[in-house]
Amino acid sequence: MAETAHIDVAHVAKLARINLTEEETNLFQAQLERVLEYAEKLRTLDLSSVESAAHAVPIFNVFREDEPRDGLSAEEALRNAPRQANGLFVVTKVVE
Amino acid sequence: MTASDLPALNIAELRVLLDRREVSPREVLEALQTRIAEIDPPIDAYLSIDFEAALEQAEHADVTLPLGGVPIAIKDIISVAGQPCTCASKILRNYRAPYDATVIRKLKAAGAIPFGKTNMDEFAMGSSTENSSVKPTRNPWDISRVPGGSSGGSAAAVAANAAFGALGTDTGGSIRQPAALSGVVGFKPSYGRVSRFGLVAFASSLDQAGPLTKTVRDAALLMNAMAGHDPLDSTCLKEAVPDYTANLGSDLRGIRLGLAKEYMIDGIDPQVRAAIDAAVAHFESLGAEIVEVSLPHTEYAVATYYILATAEASANLARFDGVRYGHRAENTRNLFDHYGRTREEGFGPEVKRRIILGTYVLSSGYYEAYYARAQKVRTLIRQDFAHAFEKVDALVSPTSPVPAFPLGERSVDPLQMYLADIFTIAANLAGICGISLPCGFAQTESGAQLPIGLQLLGAALDEARILQIAHAYEASTDWHKRRPPLAATRKE
Repeated sequence: MAETAHIDVAHVAKLARINLTEEETNLFQAQLERVLEYAEKLRTLDLSSVESAAHAVPIFNVFREDEPRDGLSAEEALRNAPRQANGLFVVTKVVE
Repeated sequence: MTASDLPALNIAELRVLLDRREVSPREVLEALQTRIAEIDPPIDAYLSIDFEAALEQAEHADVTLPLGGVPIAIKDIISVAGQPCTCASKILRNYRAPYDATVIRKLKAAGAIPFGKTNMDEFAMGSSTENSSVKPTRNPWDISRVPGGSSGGSAAAVAANAAFGALGTDTGGSIRQPAALSGVVGFKPSYGRVSRFGLVAFASSLDQAGPLTKTVRDAALLMNAMAGHDPLDSTCLKEAVPDYTANLGSDLRGIRLGLAKEYMIDGIDPQVRAAIDAAVAHFESLGAEIVEVSLPHTEYAVATYYILATAEASANLARFDGVRYGHRAENTRNLFDHYGRTREEGFGPEVKRRIILGTYVLSSGYYEAYYARAQKVRTLIRQDFAHAFEKVDALVSPTSPVPAFPLGERSVDPLQMYLADIFTIAANLAGICGISLPCGFAQTESGAQLPIGLQLLGAALDEARILQIAHAYEASTDWHKRRPPLAATRKE
Protein backbone atom coordinates (compact mmCIF):
# COMPACT_ATOMS: atom_id res chain seq x y z
CA MET A 1 0.00 0.00 0.00
CA ALA A 2 1.39 3.37 -0.99
CA GLU A 3 2.30 5.59 1.96
CA THR A 4 0.86 8.75 0.50
CA ALA A 5 -1.62 8.56 -2.31
CA HIS A 6 -0.97 10.53 -5.39
CA ILE A 7 -3.77 11.08 -7.82
CA ASP A 8 -2.84 12.05 -11.37
CA VAL A 9 -6.08 13.66 -12.49
CA ALA A 10 -5.04 13.92 -16.15
CA HIS A 11 -4.35 10.18 -16.25
CA VAL A 12 -7.50 9.15 -14.36
CA ALA A 13 -9.63 11.38 -16.61
CA LYS A 14 -8.33 9.38 -19.57
CA LEU A 15 -9.30 6.13 -17.83
CA ALA A 16 -12.77 7.60 -17.20
CA ARG A 17 -13.05 8.78 -20.83
CA ILE A 18 -13.67 12.41 -19.89
CA ASN A 19 -11.73 15.17 -21.62
CA LEU A 20 -10.78 17.96 -19.23
CA THR A 21 -9.47 21.45 -19.92
CA GLU A 22 -6.14 22.32 -18.37
CA GLU A 23 -7.93 24.60 -15.94
CA GLU A 24 -10.29 21.80 -14.83
CA THR A 25 -7.39 19.38 -14.50
CA ASN A 26 -5.51 21.74 -12.20
CA LEU A 27 -8.60 22.58 -10.15
CA PHE A 28 -9.65 18.94 -9.67
CA GLN A 29 -6.05 17.99 -8.89
CA ALA A 30 -5.96 20.41 -5.94
CA GLN A 31 -9.50 19.59 -4.75
CA LEU A 32 -9.18 15.81 -4.97
CA GLU A 33 -5.78 15.84 -3.26
CA ARG A 34 -7.53 17.46 -0.29
CA VAL A 35 -10.37 14.91 -0.35
CA LEU A 36 -7.88 12.01 -0.50
CA GLU A 37 -5.81 13.55 2.27
CA TYR A 38 -8.98 13.60 4.37
CA ALA A 39 -9.65 9.94 3.45
CA GLU A 40 -6.27 9.02 4.92
CA LYS A 41 -8.01 8.74 8.28
CA LEU A 42 -9.37 5.32 7.22
CA ARG A 43 -5.78 4.03 7.45
CA THR A 44 -5.74 4.55 11.21
CA LEU A 45 -8.25 1.70 11.73
CA ASP A 46 -7.19 -1.91 12.20
CA LEU A 47 -9.38 -3.77 9.71
CA SER A 48 -7.52 -7.10 9.66
CA SER A 49 -10.48 -9.03 11.13
CA VAL A 50 -13.34 -7.05 9.55
CA GLU A 51 -15.48 -8.44 6.72
CA SER A 52 -16.38 -6.12 3.86
CA ALA A 53 -19.92 -4.91 3.22
CA ALA A 54 -20.74 -4.55 -0.44
CA HIS A 55 -24.35 -3.73 0.34
CA ALA A 56 -26.39 -2.30 3.18
CA VAL A 57 -28.42 -5.48 3.34
CA PRO A 58 -26.64 -8.73 2.49
CA ILE A 59 -28.52 -10.36 -0.40
CA PHE A 60 -27.20 -13.31 -2.36
CA ASN A 61 -28.26 -14.97 -5.58
CA VAL A 62 -31.73 -13.67 -6.28
CA PHE A 63 -33.31 -15.94 -8.87
CA ARG A 64 -36.54 -15.83 -10.81
CA GLU A 65 -38.14 -18.11 -13.35
CA ASP A 66 -36.69 -17.62 -16.82
CA GLU A 67 -39.94 -16.68 -18.48
CA PRO A 68 -40.32 -14.35 -21.45
CA ARG A 69 -42.04 -11.04 -20.83
CA ASP A 70 -42.64 -7.92 -22.88
CA GLY A 71 -39.82 -5.45 -23.30
CA LEU A 72 -39.43 -2.27 -25.33
CA SER A 73 -40.13 -2.46 -29.04
CA ALA A 74 -37.24 -1.58 -31.37
CA GLU A 75 -38.97 1.68 -32.15
CA GLU A 76 -39.29 2.59 -28.46
CA ALA A 77 -35.70 1.59 -27.76
CA LEU A 78 -34.46 3.83 -30.56
CA ARG A 79 -36.55 6.84 -29.62
CA ASN A 80 -33.76 8.48 -27.60
CA ALA A 81 -30.94 7.56 -29.98
CA PRO A 82 -28.61 10.45 -30.95
CA ARG A 83 -28.45 8.92 -34.45
CA GLN A 84 -30.33 6.03 -35.98
CA ALA A 85 -31.02 4.50 -39.38
CA ASN A 86 -32.86 1.41 -40.61
CA GLY A 87 -33.93 0.46 -37.08
CA LEU A 88 -30.32 0.54 -35.82
CA PHE A 89 -28.15 2.81 -33.67
CA VAL A 90 -25.63 4.64 -35.83
CA VAL A 91 -22.30 4.79 -34.01
CA THR A 92 -19.06 6.66 -34.49
CA LYS A 93 -16.63 4.96 -36.88
CA VAL A 94 -14.36 2.71 -34.81
CA VAL A 95 -12.29 1.03 -37.53
CA GLU A 96 -9.96 3.11 -39.66
CA MET B 1 -62.94 26.99 0.18
CA THR B 2 -61.88 28.81 -2.99
CA ALA B 3 -59.57 27.38 -5.66
CA SER B 4 -56.69 29.57 -4.50
CA ASP B 5 -56.86 27.94 -1.05
CA LEU B 6 -56.41 24.42 -2.40
CA PRO B 7 -52.59 24.39 -2.84
CA ALA B 8 -52.10 25.07 0.88
CA LEU B 9 -53.77 21.76 1.79
CA ASN B 10 -51.82 18.67 2.68
CA ILE B 11 -52.54 15.34 0.99
CA ALA B 12 -54.76 13.97 3.76
CA GLU B 13 -56.90 17.15 3.73
CA LEU B 14 -57.09 17.17 -0.06
CA ARG B 15 -58.15 13.53 -0.11
CA VAL B 16 -61.12 14.30 2.15
CA LEU B 17 -62.37 16.95 -0.30
CA LEU B 18 -61.78 14.70 -3.32
CA ASP B 19 -63.46 11.75 -1.65
CA ARG B 20 -66.55 13.85 -0.86
CA ARG B 21 -66.55 15.16 -4.47
CA GLU B 22 -66.28 18.71 -3.09
CA VAL B 23 -63.46 19.32 -5.57
CA SER B 24 -62.57 17.47 -8.75
CA PRO B 25 -59.07 16.27 -9.68
CA ARG B 26 -59.19 18.77 -12.57
CA GLU B 27 -59.91 21.69 -10.22
CA VAL B 28 -57.06 20.58 -7.99
CA LEU B 29 -54.62 20.47 -10.91
CA GLU B 30 -55.73 23.85 -12.22
CA ALA B 31 -55.33 25.44 -8.77
CA LEU B 32 -51.86 23.95 -8.57
CA GLN B 33 -50.98 25.21 -12.05
CA THR B 34 -51.96 28.75 -11.00
CA ARG B 35 -49.89 28.49 -7.84
CA ILE B 36 -46.82 27.20 -9.70
CA ALA B 37 -47.07 30.11 -12.16
CA GLU B 38 -46.99 32.51 -9.18
CA ILE B 39 -43.82 31.20 -7.60
CA ASP B 40 -41.82 29.49 -10.36
CA PRO B 41 -39.80 31.75 -10.93
CA PRO B 42 -38.43 32.93 -8.53
CA ILE B 43 -38.28 29.54 -6.77
CA ASP B 44 -37.55 27.51 -9.95
CA ALA B 45 -38.50 24.19 -8.41
CA TYR B 46 -39.60 22.53 -11.64
CA LEU B 47 -37.70 21.43 -14.74
CA SER B 48 -40.72 20.27 -16.75
CA ILE B 49 -44.47 20.06 -16.27
CA ASP B 50 -46.94 18.26 -18.49
CA PHE B 51 -50.35 19.56 -17.41
CA GLU B 52 -51.98 18.21 -20.54
CA ALA B 53 -51.03 14.63 -19.71
CA ALA B 54 -51.93 15.26 -16.06
CA LEU B 55 -55.37 16.66 -16.96
CA GLU B 56 -55.96 13.58 -19.09
CA GLN B 57 -55.21 11.40 -16.03
CA ALA B 58 -57.33 13.67 -13.84
CA GLU B 59 -60.33 13.10 -16.10
CA HIS B 60 -60.11 9.35 -15.43
CA ALA B 61 -58.93 9.53 -11.82
CA ASP B 62 -60.63 7.16 -9.40
CA VAL B 63 -61.07 9.33 -6.32
CA THR B 64 -61.97 6.32 -4.16
CA LEU B 65 -58.33 5.11 -4.31
CA PRO B 66 -55.97 5.97 -1.40
CA LEU B 67 -54.24 8.73 -3.43
CA GLY B 68 -57.01 9.19 -6.00
CA GLY B 69 -56.68 12.53 -7.81
CA VAL B 70 -53.61 13.73 -5.87
CA PRO B 71 -50.94 15.40 -8.07
CA ILE B 72 -47.40 14.42 -7.05
CA ALA B 73 -44.16 16.15 -8.14
CA ILE B 74 -41.34 13.82 -9.14
CA LYS B 75 -37.60 14.39 -8.87
CA ASP B 76 -36.18 14.37 -12.39
CA ILE B 77 -34.12 11.23 -11.73
CA ILE B 78 -37.21 8.97 -11.57
CA SER B 79 -38.67 7.67 -14.84
CA VAL B 80 -42.23 8.68 -15.75
CA ALA B 81 -43.19 7.18 -19.11
CA GLY B 82 -43.20 9.77 -21.90
CA GLN B 83 -41.84 12.54 -19.66
CA PRO B 84 -38.33 14.02 -19.68
CA CYS B 85 -35.89 12.45 -17.21
CA THR B 86 -32.85 14.67 -17.42
CA CYS B 87 -31.28 14.34 -13.96
CA ALA B 88 -30.68 18.10 -14.47
CA SER B 89 -27.80 17.08 -16.74
CA LYS B 90 -26.93 18.29 -20.23
CA ILE B 91 -26.12 14.72 -21.16
CA LEU B 92 -29.83 13.78 -20.80
CA ARG B 93 -31.26 17.09 -21.98
CA ASN B 94 -33.46 15.56 -24.68
CA TYR B 95 -34.08 12.20 -23.03
CA ARG B 96 -37.62 10.97 -22.38
CA ALA B 97 -38.25 7.96 -20.19
CA PRO B 98 -39.65 5.02 -22.19
CA TYR B 99 -41.28 3.40 -19.14
CA ASP B 100 -42.52 4.08 -15.60
CA ALA B 101 -40.30 3.44 -12.60
CA THR B 102 -41.91 0.91 -10.26
CA VAL B 103 -42.61 3.65 -7.69
CA ILE B 104 -44.44 5.63 -10.37
CA ARG B 105 -46.42 2.58 -11.47
CA LYS B 106 -47.39 2.00 -7.83
CA LEU B 107 -48.32 5.63 -7.21
CA LYS B 108 -50.46 5.68 -10.34
CA ALA B 109 -52.13 2.43 -9.23
CA ALA B 110 -52.99 4.19 -5.96
CA GLY B 111 -54.59 7.02 -7.95
CA ALA B 112 -51.82 9.64 -7.79
CA ILE B 113 -51.02 11.86 -10.78
CA PRO B 114 -47.31 12.50 -11.46
CA PHE B 115 -47.53 15.86 -13.23
CA GLY B 116 -44.09 17.45 -13.21
CA LYS B 117 -40.38 16.86 -12.75
CA THR B 118 -38.40 18.76 -10.13
CA ASN B 119 -34.95 20.29 -10.17
CA MET B 120 -31.98 18.65 -8.49
CA ASP B 121 -28.22 18.59 -8.30
CA GLU B 122 -27.00 16.92 -11.50
CA PHE B 123 -27.32 13.14 -11.07
CA ALA B 124 -28.16 13.79 -7.38
CA MET B 125 -24.58 14.86 -6.67
CA GLY B 126 -24.72 17.79 -4.28
CA SER B 127 -26.41 19.30 -1.25
CA SER B 128 -27.67 22.62 -2.62
CA THR B 129 -29.32 22.08 -6.06
CA GLU B 130 -26.70 24.54 -7.38
CA ASN B 131 -25.19 21.67 -9.39
CA SER B 132 -28.23 21.60 -11.69
CA SER B 133 -27.08 22.28 -15.26
CA VAL B 134 -30.36 24.14 -15.90
CA LYS B 135 -30.80 26.59 -13.01
CA PRO B 136 -30.47 26.76 -9.25
CA THR B 137 -33.62 26.35 -7.15
CA ARG B 138 -34.16 28.95 -4.45
CA ASN B 139 -35.28 28.49 -0.88
CA PRO B 140 -38.87 29.72 -0.43
CA TRP B 141 -37.98 31.03 3.05
CA ASP B 142 -35.22 33.29 1.68
CA ILE B 143 -34.62 33.31 -2.05
CA SER B 144 -30.98 34.33 -1.61
CA ARG B 145 -30.41 30.89 -0.09
CA VAL B 146 -30.31 27.31 -1.34
CA PRO B 147 -33.16 24.85 -0.68
CA GLY B 148 -30.68 22.06 0.10
CA GLY B 149 -30.16 19.13 -2.18
CA SER B 150 -29.99 17.07 -4.09
CA SER B 151 -33.83 16.82 -4.04
CA GLY B 152 -34.02 20.63 -3.68
CA GLY B 153 -36.72 21.15 -6.30
CA SER B 154 -39.02 18.64 -4.60
CA ALA B 155 -38.42 20.20 -1.16
CA ALA B 156 -38.91 23.79 -2.37
CA ALA B 157 -42.06 22.90 -4.32
CA VAL B 158 -43.68 21.34 -1.26
CA ALA B 159 -42.55 24.18 1.02
CA ALA B 160 -43.96 26.80 -1.37
CA ASN B 161 -47.35 25.04 -1.66
CA ALA B 162 -46.45 24.34 -5.29
CA ALA B 163 -46.80 20.58 -4.75
CA PHE B 164 -49.00 18.58 -2.37
CA GLY B 165 -46.22 16.04 -2.05
CA ALA B 166 -43.15 15.00 -3.98
CA LEU B 167 -40.76 12.14 -4.53
CA GLY B 168 -37.04 12.47 -4.01
CA THR B 169 -34.10 10.13 -3.80
CA ASP B 170 -31.63 9.84 -0.93
CA THR B 171 -28.10 8.47 -1.46
CA GLY B 172 -26.42 10.34 1.39
CA GLY B 173 -29.16 12.63 2.70
CA SER B 174 -30.66 13.99 -0.51
CA ILE B 175 -34.26 13.73 0.78
CA ARG B 176 -33.68 14.57 4.46
CA GLN B 177 -31.27 17.52 4.08
CA PRO B 178 -33.37 19.57 1.60
CA ALA B 179 -36.47 18.74 3.69
CA ALA B 180 -34.66 20.23 6.69
CA LEU B 181 -33.42 23.34 4.88
CA SER B 182 -36.81 23.97 3.23
CA GLY B 183 -39.00 23.21 6.27
CA VAL B 184 -40.86 20.09 5.14
CA VAL B 185 -40.96 16.40 6.04
CA GLY B 186 -38.54 14.12 4.18
CA PHE B 187 -38.50 10.36 4.61
CA LYS B 188 -35.76 7.94 3.55
CA PRO B 189 -36.91 4.33 3.66
CA SER B 190 -34.56 1.49 4.59
CA TYR B 191 -32.46 0.14 1.75
CA GLY B 192 -34.54 -2.42 -0.12
CA ARG B 193 -37.91 -1.19 1.15
CA VAL B 194 -38.75 0.67 -2.07
CA SER B 195 -37.91 -0.50 -5.58
CA ARG B 196 -35.10 1.29 -7.42
CA PHE B 197 -36.28 0.09 -10.83
CA GLY B 198 -36.60 3.11 -13.11
CA LEU B 199 -34.40 5.39 -11.01
CA VAL B 200 -31.29 6.65 -12.79
CA ALA B 201 -28.60 5.03 -10.63
CA PHE B 202 -26.06 7.15 -8.75
CA ALA B 203 -24.72 4.72 -6.11
CA SER B 204 -26.71 1.52 -6.32
CA SER B 205 -25.93 0.21 -2.83
CA LEU B 206 -27.03 3.51 -1.24
CA ASP B 207 -29.88 4.96 -3.35
CA GLN B 208 -33.48 4.93 -2.08
CA ALA B 209 -36.56 6.84 -3.23
CA GLY B 210 -38.86 8.40 -0.66
CA PRO B 211 -41.48 11.10 -0.09
CA LEU B 212 -41.20 14.82 0.72
CA THR B 213 -44.44 16.08 2.23
CA LYS B 214 -46.04 18.72 4.44
CA THR B 215 -46.82 16.26 7.25
CA VAL B 216 -45.69 12.94 8.66
CA ARG B 217 -49.10 11.42 7.89
CA ASP B 218 -48.69 12.35 4.22
CA ALA B 219 -45.28 10.66 4.18
CA ALA B 220 -46.94 7.52 5.60
CA LEU B 221 -49.69 7.70 2.95
CA LEU B 222 -47.14 7.87 0.13
CA MET B 223 -45.05 5.10 1.69
CA ASN B 224 -48.13 2.87 1.78
CA ALA B 225 -48.30 3.20 -2.00
CA MET B 226 -44.55 3.06 -2.73
CA ALA B 227 -43.14 0.30 -0.52
CA GLY B 228 -42.90 -3.39 -1.27
CA HIS B 229 -41.12 -6.10 -3.19
CA ASP B 230 -40.44 -5.71 -6.89
CA PRO B 231 -39.13 -8.58 -9.02
CA LEU B 232 -37.47 -5.96 -11.28
CA ASP B 233 -35.09 -4.88 -8.48
CA SER B 234 -33.15 -7.81 -7.02
CA THR B 235 -32.19 -5.74 -3.96
CA CYS B 236 -35.82 -4.93 -3.14
CA LEU B 237 -36.73 -6.97 -0.07
CA LYS B 238 -39.46 -9.61 0.09
CA GLU B 239 -40.87 -8.25 3.32
CA ALA B 240 -44.50 -7.59 4.20
CA VAL B 241 -45.44 -3.90 4.12
CA PRO B 242 -47.41 -2.70 7.15
CA ASP B 243 -50.00 0.10 7.02
CA TYR B 244 -47.72 3.02 7.89
CA THR B 245 -50.63 5.12 9.12
CA ALA B 246 -51.77 2.45 11.63
CA ASN B 247 -49.54 3.57 14.53
CA LEU B 248 -49.91 7.30 13.97
CA GLY B 249 -51.43 8.80 17.08
CA SER B 250 -49.90 6.29 19.49
CA ASP B 251 -48.10 7.93 22.41
CA LEU B 252 -44.41 7.62 23.24
CA ARG B 253 -44.59 5.78 26.55
CA GLY B 254 -41.94 3.07 26.56
CA ILE B 255 -40.13 4.57 23.55
CA ARG B 256 -36.37 4.99 24.03
CA LEU B 257 -34.57 7.65 22.01
CA GLY B 258 -30.80 7.69 21.64
CA LEU B 259 -28.45 10.64 21.53
CA ALA B 260 -25.11 9.69 19.98
CA LYS B 261 -22.29 11.35 21.88
CA GLU B 262 -20.23 11.44 18.67
CA TYR B 263 -22.86 13.74 17.13
CA MET B 264 -22.16 16.49 19.71
CA ILE B 265 -19.63 18.02 17.34
CA ASP B 266 -18.26 21.51 16.95
CA GLY B 267 -19.62 23.23 13.92
CA ILE B 268 -23.30 22.82 14.78
CA ASP B 269 -24.97 26.21 14.44
CA PRO B 270 -25.98 27.41 17.95
CA GLN B 271 -29.58 27.99 16.86
CA VAL B 272 -29.74 24.45 15.41
CA ARG B 273 -28.30 23.03 18.62
CA ALA B 274 -30.84 24.93 20.74
CA ALA B 275 -33.74 23.69 18.58
CA ILE B 276 -32.58 20.06 18.86
CA ASP B 277 -32.10 20.38 22.63
CA ALA B 278 -35.64 21.74 22.88
CA ALA B 279 -36.96 18.88 20.72
CA VAL B 280 -35.26 16.32 22.96
CA ALA B 281 -36.84 17.94 26.03
CA HIS B 282 -40.18 17.87 24.24
CA PHE B 283 -39.82 14.14 23.53
CA GLU B 284 -39.16 13.59 27.24
CA SER B 285 -42.31 15.51 28.09
CA LEU B 286 -44.21 13.18 25.74
CA GLY B 287 -43.02 10.19 27.75
CA ALA B 288 -39.99 9.05 25.78
CA GLU B 289 -36.86 8.01 27.61
CA ILE B 290 -33.61 9.62 26.45
CA VAL B 291 -30.52 7.41 26.42
CA GLU B 292 -26.95 8.27 25.49
CA VAL B 293 -25.48 5.87 22.94
CA SER B 294 -22.24 5.61 21.02
CA LEU B 295 -21.60 5.38 17.28
CA PRO B 296 -17.83 5.06 17.57
CA HIS B 297 -17.03 5.12 13.83
CA THR B 298 -18.91 8.33 13.07
CA GLU B 299 -15.74 10.23 12.21
CA TYR B 300 -15.00 7.76 9.39
CA ALA B 301 -18.42 7.97 7.74
CA VAL B 302 -17.81 10.90 5.39
CA ALA B 303 -14.59 9.44 3.98
CA THR B 304 -16.16 5.99 3.64
CA TYR B 305 -19.18 7.41 1.90
CA TYR B 306 -17.29 9.52 -0.62
CA ILE B 307 -15.09 6.57 -1.59
CA LEU B 308 -17.96 4.09 -2.02
CA ALA B 309 -20.48 6.48 -3.55
CA THR B 310 -18.04 7.87 -6.12
CA ALA B 311 -16.77 4.37 -6.97
CA GLU B 312 -20.31 3.20 -7.68
CA ALA B 313 -21.09 6.40 -9.56
CA SER B 314 -18.06 6.03 -11.81
CA ALA B 315 -19.32 2.60 -12.87
CA ASN B 316 -23.00 3.63 -13.14
CA LEU B 317 -22.28 6.76 -15.17
CA ALA B 318 -20.13 4.83 -17.65
CA ARG B 319 -23.44 4.12 -19.43
CA PHE B 320 -23.54 7.72 -20.63
CA ASP B 321 -21.45 7.13 -23.72
CA GLY B 322 -23.46 8.97 -26.38
CA VAL B 323 -24.41 5.78 -28.23
CA ARG B 324 -27.97 4.70 -27.38
CA TYR B 325 -29.38 7.83 -25.75
CA GLY B 326 -28.34 11.22 -24.47
CA HIS B 327 -25.95 13.82 -25.79
CA ARG B 328 -23.37 12.89 -28.43
CA ALA B 329 -20.46 15.17 -29.40
CA GLU B 330 -20.36 16.06 -33.09
CA ASN B 331 -17.62 15.45 -35.66
CA THR B 332 -15.56 13.16 -33.47
CA ARG B 333 -12.39 11.68 -34.96
CA ASN B 334 -12.43 8.23 -33.34
CA LEU B 335 -14.00 6.29 -30.49
CA PHE B 336 -11.93 7.80 -27.63
CA ASP B 337 -12.57 11.26 -29.02
CA HIS B 338 -16.29 10.40 -29.14
CA TYR B 339 -16.38 9.27 -25.49
CA GLY B 340 -14.06 11.96 -24.17
CA ARG B 341 -15.83 14.89 -25.80
CA THR B 342 -19.37 13.54 -25.29
CA ARG B 343 -18.72 13.24 -21.56
CA GLU B 344 -16.78 16.51 -21.39
CA GLU B 345 -19.71 18.38 -22.95
CA GLY B 346 -22.43 16.42 -21.16
CA PHE B 347 -21.31 16.35 -17.51
CA GLY B 348 -20.98 19.29 -15.13
CA PRO B 349 -17.99 19.88 -12.83
CA GLU B 350 -19.21 18.02 -9.73
CA VAL B 351 -20.16 14.94 -11.75
CA LYS B 352 -16.77 14.94 -13.50
CA ARG B 353 -15.00 15.37 -10.16
CA ARG B 354 -16.86 12.43 -8.62
CA ILE B 355 -16.40 10.14 -11.63
CA ILE B 356 -12.66 10.86 -11.52
CA LEU B 357 -12.44 10.23 -7.77
CA GLY B 358 -14.47 7.02 -8.16
CA THR B 359 -12.36 5.82 -11.07
CA TYR B 360 -9.22 6.50 -9.04
CA VAL B 361 -10.33 4.58 -5.93
CA LEU B 362 -11.20 1.59 -8.12
CA SER B 363 -8.04 1.73 -10.21
CA SER B 364 -5.28 -0.84 -10.09
CA GLY B 365 -2.88 -0.11 -7.23
CA TYR B 366 -5.37 1.96 -5.23
CA TYR B 367 -8.38 -0.38 -5.01
CA GLU B 368 -7.18 -2.08 -1.82
CA ALA B 369 -6.12 1.17 -0.18
CA TYR B 370 -9.42 2.93 -0.75
CA TYR B 371 -12.37 0.93 -2.03
CA ALA B 372 -11.72 -2.37 -0.25
CA ARG B 373 -10.83 -0.51 2.95
CA ALA B 374 -13.98 1.62 2.82
CA GLN B 375 -16.13 -1.50 2.38
CA LYS B 376 -14.71 -2.82 5.63
CA VAL B 377 -15.30 0.43 7.47
CA ARG B 378 -18.86 0.25 6.18
CA THR B 379 -19.24 -2.99 8.15
CA LEU B 380 -18.07 -1.20 11.30
CA ILE B 381 -20.55 1.63 10.72
CA ARG B 382 -23.39 -0.88 10.22
CA GLN B 383 -22.39 -2.60 13.47
CA ASP B 384 -22.41 0.73 15.32
CA PHE B 385 -26.06 1.20 14.41
CA ALA B 386 -26.97 -2.43 15.12
CA HIS B 387 -25.56 -2.04 18.64
CA ALA B 388 -27.30 1.29 19.16
CA PHE B 389 -30.67 -0.12 18.10
CA GLU B 390 -30.32 -2.88 20.71
CA LYS B 391 -30.67 -0.08 23.28
CA VAL B 392 -33.01 2.44 21.63
CA ASP B 393 -35.93 2.65 19.19
CA ALA B 394 -34.60 5.66 17.32
CA LEU B 395 -31.66 8.07 17.24
CA VAL B 396 -32.21 11.82 17.45
CA SER B 397 -29.94 14.41 15.85
CA PRO B 398 -29.98 17.52 13.70
CA THR B 399 -30.49 16.68 10.02
CA SER B 400 -27.97 19.31 8.96
CA PRO B 401 -25.48 21.11 11.21
CA VAL B 402 -26.51 24.42 9.64
CA PRO B 403 -29.68 25.99 8.25
CA ALA B 404 -29.97 27.01 4.59
CA PHE B 405 -26.85 28.81 3.34
CA PRO B 406 -26.54 31.54 0.68
CA LEU B 407 -26.21 30.53 -2.97
CA GLY B 408 -22.57 30.28 -3.98
CA GLU B 409 -21.25 30.16 -0.42
CA ARG B 410 -20.16 26.53 -0.40
CA SER B 411 -19.77 25.61 -4.02
CA VAL B 412 -16.08 26.58 -4.02
CA ASP B 413 -14.84 23.91 -1.63
CA PRO B 414 -16.14 20.35 -2.24
CA LEU B 415 -14.63 18.94 0.95
CA GLN B 416 -16.43 21.47 3.17
CA MET B 417 -19.69 20.65 1.37
CA TYR B 418 -19.12 16.92 1.92
CA LEU B 419 -18.40 17.37 5.64
CA ALA B 420 -21.84 18.95 6.18
CA ASP B 421 -23.37 15.53 5.34
CA ILE B 422 -22.13 14.08 8.64
CA PHE B 423 -25.57 13.35 10.18
CA THR B 424 -27.25 11.90 7.10
CA ILE B 425 -24.76 9.74 5.20
CA ALA B 426 -24.19 6.99 7.78
CA ALA B 427 -27.86 5.96 7.45
CA ASN B 428 -27.28 5.14 3.77
CA LEU B 429 -24.10 3.21 4.54
CA ALA B 430 -26.01 1.19 7.18
CA GLY B 431 -29.18 0.81 5.08
CA ILE B 432 -31.44 2.08 7.89
CA CYS B 433 -34.43 4.43 7.64
CA GLY B 434 -34.65 8.07 8.63
CA ILE B 435 -36.87 11.11 8.61
CA SER B 436 -36.37 14.86 8.83
CA LEU B 437 -39.15 17.03 10.19
CA PRO B 438 -39.40 20.72 11.09
CA CYS B 439 -38.42 21.51 14.71
CA GLY B 440 -37.83 25.26 14.82
CA PHE B 441 -36.42 28.28 13.04
CA ALA B 442 -33.11 30.10 12.96
CA GLN B 443 -33.21 33.85 12.56
CA THR B 444 -30.73 35.41 10.14
CA GLU B 445 -29.10 38.83 10.59
CA SER B 446 -31.42 40.20 7.92
CA GLY B 447 -34.45 38.89 9.81
CA ALA B 448 -35.32 35.89 7.62
CA GLN B 449 -36.65 32.78 9.35
CA LEU B 450 -34.89 29.60 8.25
CA PRO B 451 -36.33 26.18 9.09
CA ILE B 452 -34.39 23.70 11.21
CA GLY B 453 -34.74 19.95 10.68
CA LEU B 454 -34.88 17.24 13.33
CA GLN B 455 -33.64 13.84 12.20
CA LEU B 456 -34.86 10.51 13.57
CA LEU B 457 -33.03 7.37 12.45
CA GLY B 458 -34.55 3.92 12.87
CA ALA B 459 -33.44 0.33 12.43
CA ALA B 460 -33.78 -1.30 9.01
CA LEU B 461 -37.44 -1.93 8.13
CA ASP B 462 -38.61 -0.12 11.28
CA GLU B 463 -40.29 2.64 9.23
CA ALA B 464 -43.63 2.36 11.04
CA ARG B 465 -42.05 3.15 14.40
CA ILE B 466 -40.05 6.11 13.07
CA LEU B 467 -43.20 7.55 11.52
CA GLN B 468 -45.06 7.01 14.81
CA ILE B 469 -42.39 8.87 16.81
CA ALA B 470 -42.18 11.68 14.25
CA HIS B 471 -45.95 11.99 14.21
CA ALA B 472 -46.13 12.27 18.00
CA TYR B 473 -43.69 15.19 17.84
CA GLU B 474 -45.48 16.86 14.96
CA ALA B 475 -48.93 16.45 16.50
CA SER B 476 -47.81 18.31 19.63
CA THR B 477 -45.90 21.15 17.89
CA ASP B 478 -46.77 23.81 15.30
CA TRP B 479 -43.55 24.12 13.31
CA HIS B 480 -44.90 22.17 10.32
CA LYS B 481 -47.86 24.53 9.98
CA ARG B 482 -45.73 27.54 9.11
CA ARG B 483 -45.29 28.32 5.44
CA PRO B 484 -42.82 30.75 3.88
CA PRO B 485 -43.90 34.35 3.20
CA LEU B 486 -44.20 34.27 -0.58
CA ALA B 487 -47.18 36.56 -1.17
CA ALA B 488 -44.99 39.38 -2.50
CA THR B 489 -43.74 37.27 -5.39
CA ARG B 490 -47.03 37.37 -7.32
CA LYS B 491 -46.39 38.54 -10.89
CA GLU B 492 -48.23 41.43 -12.53
